[in-house]
Amino acid sequence: MSTIQRNMSLTGDAPAALNALQKVATILGMMGVLILVLAVFNFDFPNKTLWLTIALSEITLGIILFAKGAYGNSLEGIKNHGVWFKSISSRGYLAWISGIALTGFYIILYFFPQYIGLVEGGPNKGLVALFDPLSYMLSGNPASQWFVYGTLYTIAIFAFGIKFFWKYRHNRYEKIRTVSVMFFQTAFAFLIPEFMARLNDDNFNLPYYDLKNIWPLNYYNFEQYRVDDFINAGNLGLGLLIFGVVSILVITPILTYKYGKRWYCSWVCGCGGLAETAGDPFRHLSDKSQSAWKIERWVVHSVLVFVVVMTTAVIATYLGYDSEKYWFTKDIFLFSVGALLTIIFGLIWFFKRDELKKDARYGAIGYLAIILVLIGIHYFGKANLFLFEAETLRSSYGFLIGAIFSGVIGTGFYPIFGNRVWCRFGCPMAAILGLQQRLFSKFRITTNGGQCISCGNCSVYCEMGIDVRAYAQKGENIVRASCVGCGICSAVCPRGVLKLENGPMHGRIDGNEILLGNDVDLMTLVNQKNHS
Amino acid sequence: MEHIVIIGNGISGVTAARHIRKLSDKRITIVSAESDYFFSRTALMYVYMGHMKFEHTQPYENWFWKQNSIDLLNRYVTKVESNTKTLHFSEGDSLKYDKLIIATGSKPNKFGWPGQDLEGVQGLYHKQDLENLEVYAPNNRICKRAVIVGGGLIGIELAEMLHTRNIPVTFLVRESSFWNGVLPEGESQMINRHIKNHHIDLRLSSNLKEIISDDKGKVKAVVIKETGETIDCDFVGLTAGVSPNIDFLNESDVETGRGVKVNRFLETNTKDVYAIGDCAEQHEPIGNRRPIEAVWYTGRMMGETVAQTICGNRTEYRPGHWFNSAKFFEIEYQTYGWVHGKKGRPEQEEHFHWIHEDDTKCITIAYDKDTYEFLGINTFGIRMRHEVFDTWLTEKRDLNFVVSNLSLVNFDPEFYKKYERSIIAEFQNQLTTA
Repeated sequence: MSTIQRNMSLTGDAPAALNALQKVATILGMMGVLILVLAVFNFDFPNKTLWLTIALSEITLGIILFAKGAYGNSLEGIKNHGVWFKSISSRGYLAWISGIALTGFYIILYFFPQYIGLVEGGPNKGLVALFDPLSYMLSGNPASQWFVYGTLYTIAIFAFGIKFFWKYRHNRYEKIRTVSVMFFQTAFAFLIPEFMARLNDDNFNLPYYDLKNIWPLNYYNFEQYRVDDFINAGNLGLGLLIFGVVSILVITPILTYKYGKRWYCSWVCGCGGLAETAGDPFRHLSDKSQSAWKIERWVVHSVLVFVVVMTTAVIATYLGYDSEKYWFTKDIFLFSVGALLTIIFGLIWFFKRDELKKDARYGAIGYLAIILVLIGIHYFGKANLFLFEAETLRSSYGFLIGAIFSGVIGTGFYPIFGNRVWCRFGCPMAAILGLQQRLFSKFRITTNGGQCISCGNCSVYCEMGIDVRAYAQKGENIVRASCVGCGICSAVCPRGVLKLENGPMHGRIDGNEILLGNDVDLMTLVNQKNHS
Repeated sequence: MEHIVIIGNGISGVTAARHIRKLSDKRITIVSAESDYFFSRTALMYVYMGHMKFEHTQPYENWFWKQNSIDLLNRYVTKVESNTKTLHFSEGDSLKYDKLIIATGSKPNKFGWPGQDLEGVQGLYHKQDLENLEVYAPNNRICKRAVIVGGGLIGIELAEMLHTRNIPVTFLVRESSFWNGVLPEGESQMINRHIKNHHIDLRLSSNLKEIISDDKGKVKAVVIKETGETIDCDFVGLTAGVSPNIDFLNESDVETGRGVKVNRFLETNTKDVYAIGDCAEQHEPIGNRRPIEAVWYTGRMMGETVAQTICGNRTEYRPGHWFNSAKFFEIEYQTYGWVHGKKGRPEQEEHFHWIHEDDTKCITIAYDKDTYEFLGINTFGIRMRHEVFDTWLTEKRDLNFVVSNLSLVNFDPEFYKKYERSIIAEFQNQLTTA
């Protein structure tokens, strides 16, 4: 008895320890991991195909069995018992260990791939060599560190996707959405690009292209080597290049108008896919404070400006001046970008001037900055952009945003800052979709009359750090740029208050001072006063 | 500047304060001995279950109060002196007010059971109850069995809470079926089965006779009145309803009955003293409502109303159509309008009942047996829209209209299976056999 701590701090014991099945699952999964670790240390496996299969199957099966142990024996429903008591999900020791391990993995992956066995131009060693057989089977080429990463990434989304599926098996929205992210990761991010690589030979070379990875998330899509490859690859290549442009300029706005940014962020995107599956146990760790929201808006929109300027500068460097040689010259390009931005900004200003207050000024600043830079590029000519060269700009973006932000911090720190740090603070694609969602979309989360009891489950489990309750308890629809439409706020609500919906734009953003349920005259009186 | 003092920082008092602040720049002080900041009482269960931390139950960040010039005072009021407009605190100090709002909420009922004040015997209402729960029922080693007395909303929540820590629970319910004083029979019995599916030892038609102490003054067992059976336990939850928390008014001029007596304007018999929320008792009940409404929503609505009165727009408390909600383990429940259980059902009220074969979803629609006017609906496991039912009740729609338009009220997440067709089929089936 005396060994049991009587805890006065309102944080009690964790529910039951691991059950037998979970223990077996843990052993199985860890054996799989062990094989990979041995490979890193150059253990020479006699039959790589066999051992790779064993390792990956054990990891997958371990995760799935663990989930069965966790959720299999309980009735359908919300499964958040003890989330804040468990070390792994409440920033405890296990969380820190995993965070450090993941971060370390990303640093090696991005900056020191030779440590896991990558050998440029020669036969691979270590972990990368273990993946060679699978890579040969799919694309006909030896594996790279990115192939290893892509495989593990896909397995994570698949196996943790099944776990998520089990956890939310009472919720069809979550189930269908999860099948979608599993499909897009496996097919579009993993298999199709590998098969596309099979088409390549000495005369024909398509760049690696994950079709769902849209610029500006895919910030390198329009770099010279890729565009050259696209153009040299005939109709197919040209089609892909056009698809890349159409994706962001046409497809994205239409789908976001109809369904909100969720069609991408929590149904299609790979970053979102990992966050929603492997990252799900950490969704409650996002910071809900108002100050975090302020930081979020500055940082994510700065990244957007950065990526627009960087991409424009990079493209401008390889376009010529002479319209005789090729019609699409540097001047035409810069002019089109400037015109496009002006049109977009003009439209927003014209149609949404009433809704925009402070935000509009921030928008104006960002826009102005970009235009000035464009003029700068034009006047200073060549690759120089004030003090920086376009190439410097590109490589610092790749390093700071592409590697450090999205990988090391974004995923490595899942167990500490939550699973959507990258999506919330860093992703320029999310910023664009967010602007569209806030201003030109039918999507909203509807609040059900006066039924909110301010319990706060919605806010706690919002991975984007939106204080959902702040809206729900006012009877206000939630229309936020950052909402990725994962649907968990609605799922965890104990009173059926929240519903993700696509509906008419009119009356989409409304606030009630007096909620439904009270004296009708009083409601009318007070709510009208507020609207006038 | 007029000084408005509010006793109690629950939903009623805080709503009043927020709306007074919106309407005026009066000085506002909220006094509470329970917690420094407003928290959502209904969320305490999620703290014990590990879904949330206590700070997450606080709907406003701590800077909110200062920014809105609402002073918070952690004091326990021992006496209200209305002739000098002074509050006296247990620390010995005092505070002057110009207008006073009493919003002190409830406390758990105790019906004089032997042993009801032993260690390990408590209700579940205050923050302190949650802290004590962590002492007496932190896990199933310290608490080998818990007994819950009283089959209402708090009782079933407590059962769910203890269940998440694998503590075996015996649930004593006085009624012949869970909450059937309120719920129609079909629903009540579905919940009985759901409770048992969670391996809760549900004892219907069972009253508590006494609670037995060990030699240290802590609970050891309970005895059931009907069977005389003794059940060993380390914790007893008393959840047989709540009553107004107004003992501190004993020596004051403020008129009290079971609660603080108020008129329709939420004014007490004493000038410049108002009462709202769980602790207020209407002289005359409003419609089908009880004179004391211990519900989150009514507390909020009274807060919205009294703020108007205090800021010069004297406003009657006129709640609209009744609504409420709850969750029984995994089954969500919403109600709009009036649907009565057996007890107190008006003679005119008849019911249409539909239950899904998976035994976790059902609805009951109440209607007038002569005019077929729609009176209200209970829905279990299917979310429905408050706004639409509110309109239909105002428009006095009939049963047929409501059943055939149920798709308009569905509020379940996208892609959920729809049940309207099954409900309509059952409706037509009952019509032809009736």
